[in-house]
Amino acid sequence: MTVALTPDQIGGGCAVPATIAVGRGSALPVIRERGQREVFCGLTGIVWLHRKMQDAFFLVVGSRTCAHLVQSAAGVMIFAEPRFATAILGERDLAGLADANEELDRCVTQLLDRRPDIATLFLVGSCPSEVIKLDLQRASERLNEQFMPRVQILNYSGSGIETTFTQGEDACLRALVPHMPAADPAAPNLLVVGTLADVVEDQLTRLFDQLGVGPVHYFPPRRARDLPPIGPNTSILLAQPFLSETARALVARGATLLSAPYPLGANGTTAWLREAARAWGIGDDVVDRVTAAPIERARASIARYRSQLEGKRLFMFPDSQLEIPLARFLHEECGMELLEVGTPYLDKLMMEAELVRMPATVQLSEGQDVERQLDRCRAVRPDLTVCGLGLANPLEAEGLRTKWSIELVFSPIHGYEQAGDLAELFARPLDRAQRLMV
Amino acid sequence: MQLTLWTYEGPPHVGAMRIATSMEGVHYVLHAPQGDTYADLLFTMIERRDRRPPVTYTTFQARDLGGDTAELVKQSVRDAYERFKPDALLVGESCTAELIQDQPGALAQSMNLPIPVVPLELPSYSKKENWGASETFYHLVRTILLPMMPAAGASWPRPDRTGRRPRANLLGATALGFRNRDDVREVTRLLTDCGVDVHVCAPLGATVADLRRLPDADFNVVLYPEVAETTARWLQKSFGTPMVRTVPIGVLATREFLEEVGKIADIDVAPVLRRERAGEAQASASRSLLPWYSRSVDSTYLTGKRVFVFGDATHVLAAARIAKDELGFTVVGIGTYSREYARPIREAAAAMGVEALISDDYLEVEQRVAELAPELVLGTQMERHIAKRLGVPCAVISAPIHVQDVPARHSPQMGFEGANVIFDTWVHPLMMGLEEHLLHMFKDDFEFADGATPSHLHATSKHAAPASAVGRTDEESEGSDTRDVVVAASPATAVWLPPAEAELRKIPFFVRGKARRNTERYAVDHGITQITVDTLYDAKAHYGR
Repeated sequence: MTVALTPDQIGGGCAVPATIAVGRGSALPVIRERGQREVFCGLTGIVWLHRKMQDAFFLVVGSRTCAHLVQSAAGVMIFAEPRFATAILGERDLAGLADANEELDRCVTQLLDRRPDIATLFLVGSCPSEVIKLDLQRASERLNEQFMPRVQILNYSGSGIETTFTQGEDACLRALVPHMPAADPAAPNLLVVGTLADVVEDQLTRLFDQLGVGPVHYFPPRRARDLPPIGPNTSILLAQPFLSETARALVARGATLLSAPYPLGANGTTAWLREAARAWGIGDDVVDRVTAAPIERARASIARYRSQLEGKRLFMFPDSQLEIPLARFLHEECGMELLEVGTPYLDKLMMEAELVRMPATVQLSEGQDVERQLDRCRAVRPDLTVCGLGLANPLEAEGLRTKWSIELVFSPIHGYEQAGDLAELFARPLDRAQRLMV
Repeated sequence: MQLTLWTYEGPPHVGAMRIATSMEGVHYVLHAPQGDTYADLLFTMIERRDRRPPVTYTTFQARDLGGDTAELVKQSVRDAYERFKPDALLVGESCTAELIQDQPGALAQSMNLPIPVVPLELPSYSKKENWGASETFYHLVRTILLPMMPAAGASWPRPDRTGRRPRANLLGATALGFRNRDDVREVTRLLTDCGVDVHVCAPLGATVADLRRLPDADFNVVLYPEVAETTARWLQKSFGTPMVRTVPIGVLATREFLEEVGKIADIDVAPVLRRERAGEAQASASRSLLPWYSRSVDSTYLTGKRVFVFGDATHVLAAARIAKDELGFTVVGIGTYSREYARPIREAAAAMGVEALISDDYLEVEQRVAELAPELVLGTQMERHIAKRLGVPCAVISAPIHVQDVPARHSPQMGFEGANVIFDTWVHPLMMGLEEHLLHMFKDDFEFADGATPSHLHATSKHAAPASAVGRTDEESEGSDTRDVVVAASPATAVWLPPAEAELRKIPFFVRGKARRNTERYAVDHGITQITVDTLYDAKAHYGR
């Protein structure tokens, strides 16, 4: 089944019409665009990764722009002394007047002298460091010789020419994979991959315990030096949809990737848990029994917002890669009508279990030409638009209600107990619009 | 390579964005990779602008680098021109594009667009945001006015003054400038009051057509030298437009500003000045309340308060003078991140007998604040964090701006009203400090214990706790906070005896860290190993304050 909207319906533009096959013989229409992208680069992931791994420091090797980006994205300077910094390249480094490697070693030494509490240091590549081909892999090997075992030094790239927003987390976790210890090959174990709030991990752990699934480890861990084990008896459940490189690296170490929808909303969480239970040979009856109470709680808390969201038309600009799972939740469990659902890139492997649940009427879009997408958005005048911070106020000023998407990567939204909170994030702008009389 | 935790200024292309965003009908094509669009949110979130900045990003990716990124520039220029139909186009690059050397400015110029195209070369690896704003404004004005420039040897005719009031251009106000919106309104009011009309305000709110009218003004007012000085000098050289250079921040500077305006415009400003004299505040329609508030007796506690001042050069120079001459503080240190203005800052520091700190290194600023142990910090949002950590009151006087620096109410820094705003903004944190001290003093009283019923309600609560319920105070944590930061290296050879420790806690928390440090230093210097109450007071007498 192919349901492609005509160009009129999608508001014009010369986007490439295409479809993506989902399941047996059906397909969803996809607009593929390239042009100006109103999306963060992978450096932004530092903002939540440093909160998760409290013994880690992130040193961006880049320009003043990189430093400015991270501090702007971090919500404007909340921490007096953060666990991230930038080694800013200067003219001398570029002109070869100073040896960039020596300079980097000096910065790292200065930093580690100042912060004896740091156990893991990530050197994070940026657009300029990539373009001048500064080899951070070699730099981290060299620095490891000096600082191990006190500090382990790793590297990854968060550059905008290679990574989009949440892909920075993928690159960071991918860099950790070779350092994970081997798991006991005899005992099956579960690895949940993707940054989750600690409180969410604890909730999920309780559910896995009740199901009889375990032992369960989380990746990234709360301390970067306490890496979880990995091996042929490891099953992987992805908690976030943007970790394809990490997933591939884990599979290369023998692990098995379980394909499931993401644990957003009650339905997503149940399907996600069920997949783990299946891998452990646990029957659906057990899953139903264990999840009955939390599902009920989640439904009740979603119900509070459902009346505000039901039938409302949703337009999502590409941002975090969470768009498709979120759209599925908002459609299935909150009754929203999906107009366009944009995503920075469409990774079929990562989205398989989500795409089959998408309504046939959705218009997917991949990549971005922000001006054209804004034209389409204005043409359909959605009830709610999910977009980045650069677009939200301008769209509000045009009379559209918006939800800024960055909150979706900073707030705990996964699992049953957060399902109501997640619905509320989308209901709040609509509620607010109703209240305001000015 | 420079290790940087926080930056005071963004890269120079953000300065160019500030110029484009300030104006109407100017569009900026920026050759930049994905991610550089983050800068849009500075304008839409911090300033709550209702439109996106007029910027088109080429958004190149790694896979484009082997191919034709130059064509991508041309396509973006074409698309931006078609879609936005601007009156002038700025074309430049961000840090990464600078490395691939596509020269987007030259490419755009070769496209023969029917509008002025201004190529911007803003070296990202050596220059910063304010410099970028200044260069962009200058090149834009120059490109627009070049066709009108008098031939060599000739001079631009001075505008005819007959039958009209003198008129002035206000130069330098931009998007993301600290209170610029309100300063423009205030200075306009000030000039209007003394009979001068504002001719063009640029870049904030100006069109390209407005820029063409710049030479018709009688004089230029340089509101923010960081952004406008280069342009104003060029206008003076090319069109003979004189400039007023006094920045009217503070009562004294505002008076001098008006005198300078009077001289340059040949008008009598005495009536306006007379109205704003100290002491007349209560009696007449004066708007200037700072002089009277500063003289009123309740302000005596401000006398000699030790202040540290840091920010951009314009605001620091003004703030240091206000602190010293208008509020009676003692300036213990000044500094700036505006390296371009290191000289005037050093001169001002020398005149006040302190050392200037010229640095954009947040850690260095923090260290200086810790060493000087001021009682009030006047700085940027970053100094606000430093001050918070050190337990010192702080007021924000300069960019980089924060959403709090764009208040809904009219809140200028310039003019007499600006001085009023400054009085309130600086004095309130000190009052809050005092209030907090009182709370600490009283919190051992049973009425302040947790669970005590508020005194204005009936004391029926059974668990109204007696003094014994008072838990351990959190003063220690504050004390240790200060210690961690300030004196990590302090030799812990002297031990505090409990009575001395208890006495220390009676000292207001915002000077307690300093008292602790001075006492410890005194003890070490005098070979004292056990600190008693006497040691504490000996040290106090020794160090004076």
